Amino acid sequence: MGSAAPGNDANAATHAAIGRIFREEAGRLTGVLVRLLGDFDEAEDLVQEALLAALEHWPTEGIPHRPGAWLMTAARRKAIDRWRRRARYQELLAQIPAEPSDASGEPDDRLRLIFTCCHPAIAREGQLALTLRAVLGLTTGEIARAFLSNEATIAQRIVRAKRKIVEARIPYRMPGAEDLTARLDEVLRVLYLLFNEGYLSAGGTAAVRRDLAEDAEWLTALLARLLPAQPEVAGLLALIRLHRARERARLGAEGRLILLQHQDRSLWDHALIAEAVVLLEQASRMGRPGPYQVQAAIVACHAEARSWEATDWPQILALYDVLARFDPSPVIALNRAIALRHVAGPAAALAAVDTLASALERYHLFHATRAELLRALGRSAEAREADLQAIALTANPAERALLQERIGLH
Amino acid sequence: MKYMLMFVQTDEKAWEKLSPAEQNMPAIERWFGEHAQAGRLVGGNQLRPARTATTVRWRSGQPVVTDGPFVEAKENIGGYGIFEVPDLDTAIAIAKTFPALQHHIVEVRPIVERG
Repeated sequence: MGSAAPGNDANAATHAAIGRIFREEAGRLTGVLVRLLGDFDEAEDLVQEALLAALEHWPTEGIPHRPGAWLMTAARRKAIDRWRRRARYQELLAQIPAEPSDASGEPDDRLRLIFTCCHPAIAREGQLALTLRAVLGLTTGEIARAFLSNEATIAQRIVRAKRKIVEARIPYRMPGAEDLTARLDEVLRVLYLLFNEGYLSAGGTAAVRRDLAEDAEWLTALLARLLPAQPEVAGLLALIRLHRARERARLGAEGRLILLQHQDRSLWDHALIAEAVVLLEQASRMGRPGPYQVQAAIVACHAEARSWEATDWPQILALYDVLARFDPSPVIALNRAIALRHVAGPAAALAAVDTLASALERYHLFHATRAELLRALGRSAEAREADLQAIALTANPAERALLQERIGLH
Repeated sequence: MKYMLMFVQTDEKAWEKLSPAEQNMPAIERWFGEHAQAGRLVGGNQLRPARTATTVRWRSGQPVVTDGPFVEAKENIGGYGIFEVPDLDTAIAIAKTFPALQHHIVEVRPIVERG
């Protein structure tokens, strides 16, 4: 990896600053325009075009003092271009304010926007892409780079998602009280996916791209502010922050992945960990536990342990048992088996892992975990075989490097 | 906006073997009745079993008639209802309360409205 030229650093800094502004303004703008125009598709397109105009002008002309107003004006100009030849175009145009409305007193439109983008009637990949574009203000190109996909594919997903909203008439509103829990689960799933995508792809080689993990944290924090009585939102926020607090210790030289066991714990952000734990405690006092709170509690156990040896494994195993009740998935069972190893030994853990073979045979971490347990039991030939299977099943460069290293492949 | 709710039995043979009580028939009839009364249900019918189906398709330049539904499957369209409601969420909320949902998949489709 060559070091970037200073010009590129300045570019990257400007790009990051613009990204932060888009994140603040895009969702607000889209939310207002969808409400005023009553046309999700058109409103979202106008905002995207305004963002592209900003990307064209801001890097050379500088970021305007009131970027929200600049973007609203740009969206308005785009609307004029589009609607000029339409009947009643003046009437339509009058619906777009010249200035973004003062947010004070207004209910935050972004909440409705988030729930609409994450509607269960939209395909999962469409929910993700649309949330990134409409709520977080990423351009189609940025989304494509973040997902290591191409622009045409992402554009197609967004077109399909928006067509579903319009044609099936997905309403632009908050779900009612009877649906809120189920719909919120859907939103949290999208946010968690987004976070994982960003967190796991860290160390990838793509140059200038938005930090999806940061976007996910930002949006979860926004949601937690807007829905303070929902403990699972706070649980997810705590989970994300507990992971991010340990980010610096997670990747070594050349983006190599360092396992928890070998991480330098002095690199962890202990203030952020303490803050996340407080957040989690506040959530659990609401007396409505859920999978994100439990996952955060597990990660908190790790984050608060002074060393790998000092980890409270019986507590972690107990939390996995609780988690399995919320989410009886084989991946959770696999993680539970890892905790079991430290409570009951590698043979018991291997027996538990082997019961998951048919469900997880295509999952690289299943084979990587088996490899570790087999190696601990002195069955090195089988361990190597399992590692090779794991390598064949993952494309993530950092994970591949780690697995190759431990069986002496380079 | 109008939606067609298609009531698809997940296993037609198993469904046919159930008694009307096990099928929850009285509740289903009440359910349709209530939606009709409220003016939301604007059309719909129960269908005879798949064995009564006849399929007409174009083959080698002419229409060909065969016995059976257009796809052979365990699932079977048992009936449909046309609902007039404000939006998809309302249509979904109705689908969720279908009294034989344990034995059905409900497909919700917006209907093309012209003019």
